[in-house]
Amino acid sequence: MSDLIKITYREAIKQAILESMQKDDRVFLMGEDVGNYGGAFAVSKGLLKEFGPDRIMDVPLSESGFTGAGIGAALAGMRPIVEVMTVNFSLLAMDQIFNNAATLLHMSGGQLNVPIVIRMGCGIGRQLAAQHSHSWEPFFAHVPGLIVLSAGTHEDARGMLLSALQSPDPVIIFEYTAMLNLEKEIPSDSGAVEITKAKVHREGKDISLITYGAGVYKCMEAAVSLAAEGIDAEVIDLRVLRPMDEETFLASVRKTHRALVVEEAWKSVSISSEVVSRIMEKAFFDLDAPVERLCGVEVPIPYPKHLEDASVPQVMDIVDKVKKMLRP
Amino acid sequence: MEKKKKLDAKEGQRLLHQMILIRRFEEKSAEEYTKSKIRGFLHLYVGEEAVAVGVIQALTEEDNVLSTYREHGHALARGVDPKAIMAEMYGKLEGCSKGRGGSMHLFDATKNFFGGNAIVSGHLPIAVGMALAAKKQKKNKVTCCFFGDGAAAEGEFHESMNLSALWQVPVLFVCENNLYAMGTAIRFTHSVQQLEKKGPAYGIESAAVDGMDLLAVMEAAEKAVKMIRETGKPYYLVCNTYRFRAHSMFDAELYREKSEVEEWKKKDPIPKFQDFLLKENLISAGQIAEIETAVEEEIRKAIAFGEDGTWEETGDLTRFVYSETQSI
Repeated sequence: MSDLIKITYREAIKQAILESMQKDDRVFLMGEDVGNYGGAFAVSKGLLKEFGPDRIMDVPLSESGFTGAGIGAALAGMRPIVEVMTVNFSLLAMDQIFNNAATLLHMSGGQLNVPIVIRMGCGIGRQLAAQHSHSWEPFFAHVPGLIVLSAGTHEDARGMLLSALQSPDPVIIFEYTAMLNLEKEIPSDSGAVEITKAKVHREGKDISLITYGAGVYKCMEAAVSLAAEGIDAEVIDLRVLRPMDEETFLASVRKTHRALVVEEAWKSVSISSEVVSRIMEKAFFDLDAPVERLCGVEVPIPYPKHLEDASVPQVMDIVDKVKKMLRP
Repeated sequence: MEKKKKLDAKEGQRLLHQMILIRRFEEKSAEEYTKSKIRGFLHLYVGEEAVAVGVIQALTEEDNVLSTYREHGHALARGVDPKAIMAEMYGKLEGCSKGRGGSMHLFDATKNFFGGNAIVSGHLPIAVGMALAAKKQKKNKVTCCFFGDGAAAEGEFHESMNLSALWQVPVLFVCENNLYAMGTAIRFTHSVQQLEKKGPAYGIESAAVDGMDLLAVMEAAEKAVKMIRETGKPYYLVCNTYRFRAHSMFDAELYREKSEVEEWKKKDPIPKFQDFLLKENLISAGQIAEIETAVEEEIRKAIAFGEDGTWEETGDLTRFVYSETQSI
């Protein structure tokens, strides 16, 4: 068992970039303000000095252009990490991601691989209002051809990038800006992680809390509160939003017979919609009660703190919901 | 013209053969379309042959070529097997994209031919990225990217021009200005209709050439490629041309006068080049007839190959969404 080290979410991502660039000359980072500025969220601070401008590339505000250039570089044998500052800006690169990265392997009959990794900040909680804070994982998770990862823990923030760079197919990694300063303990030798499976973070027998991204630590915290009240919740982090690992959460539901799906994305046509559907299709007769959901309220994210907080599920909302489900 | 002096009989005949092959291949494709052998969208290159043939002859086999959805001519000029192209349009497994792409998505990695891209201007950023990779890898490789006048109105065109100049990458942008973005004339789509003027705004050396004149295109392309190889910088070449046939097989051509088409047909690049070869004693009437016969046979074989091709098993439908091997 290796030692535990304390690390911020930001530092975990930075270490992953650093390690992957040291290991493989084909890897380079390109994005807005990743070099001289040090990253819009200071993730890549210091890396320009370490690797120089050919490998830490500041780019103009041309999301479609530089994302497409990343795709081209990937086609030609490089391993680009493209950073899109926030998920909101990624819509400007959607053509490249959906029409090119996700289709080229298929359209070419298996001839062309696109080993690109696109990282983007997302999530809610820093009062950045409706054009800088959203949870848009579902848009990307809709598209066959993409691998969509959600780094809901520090270990994944550290490990997913390393694994993603080994993938022959395009990988989108969602990082959560509200968690950047959050400090957690991870094993000092924490490295590449499995990127095809969901993960049971806490075992329990009374209910399955199925979540991802910013919902993971919230559900873990809720589970601790619930335990104090005698409710034993299992917490599942989906991690891989496409292709989705349903076996892990179906097995959990078959054990606990109850499920609450928690996410910050808007409720309609969301990841939770998909999870609930799969439970209905494959574990309906294992249920003791209807599956429920706590999701983002369907509103563009507002600026004031109290309204922003009210837009997404909070720990107490999860605790209250579970209690109502178990002790009606 | 210097070009006229150095062209030898063998090369002249090879180029004429390519242009005639493209012309007859397209005519036959239209015929197969009316017989419902080819479906989907079919965009023919008739009238524009001098551009693909003149530019591609200036490249080496190591160079990359990217094209649009009107790309049969580029694929043929690049040396992609006509049989594999026809089979692709038939939707057969033996097609150059295993039948997954059809007319608009011809790919052949062995020829460094990267599509067949049907989002107007969506492949320009990719071309810049491929050129960026060549620069990083210190390869002597030019990336040649064909697109139309319609593409030059897209944001991705401008982003790509800027990125290529910022990064100083070896890319040749070839705009095939055929005066219509589908059915909308250039006077309704570009505030500045001399499209070559858009290059210098980004610091890119640019030129315009008569795209109906093979010798002129060859000379301009050779100059451009030479400059790119020497400097590693991008170059922007506008070939002013015209498509003699409709935009696609669904087009009733309501937007242009028949007389306009007839005027342009007087500038047909094939008779023009043929006359030149005859006048310079680089070909005989008999040799032209031989080329026609040889082309006819090539096309007959291509059709037979398409007809005899295999329909992919429906069970293989979801192949090539993700890579079948994890290491590339």
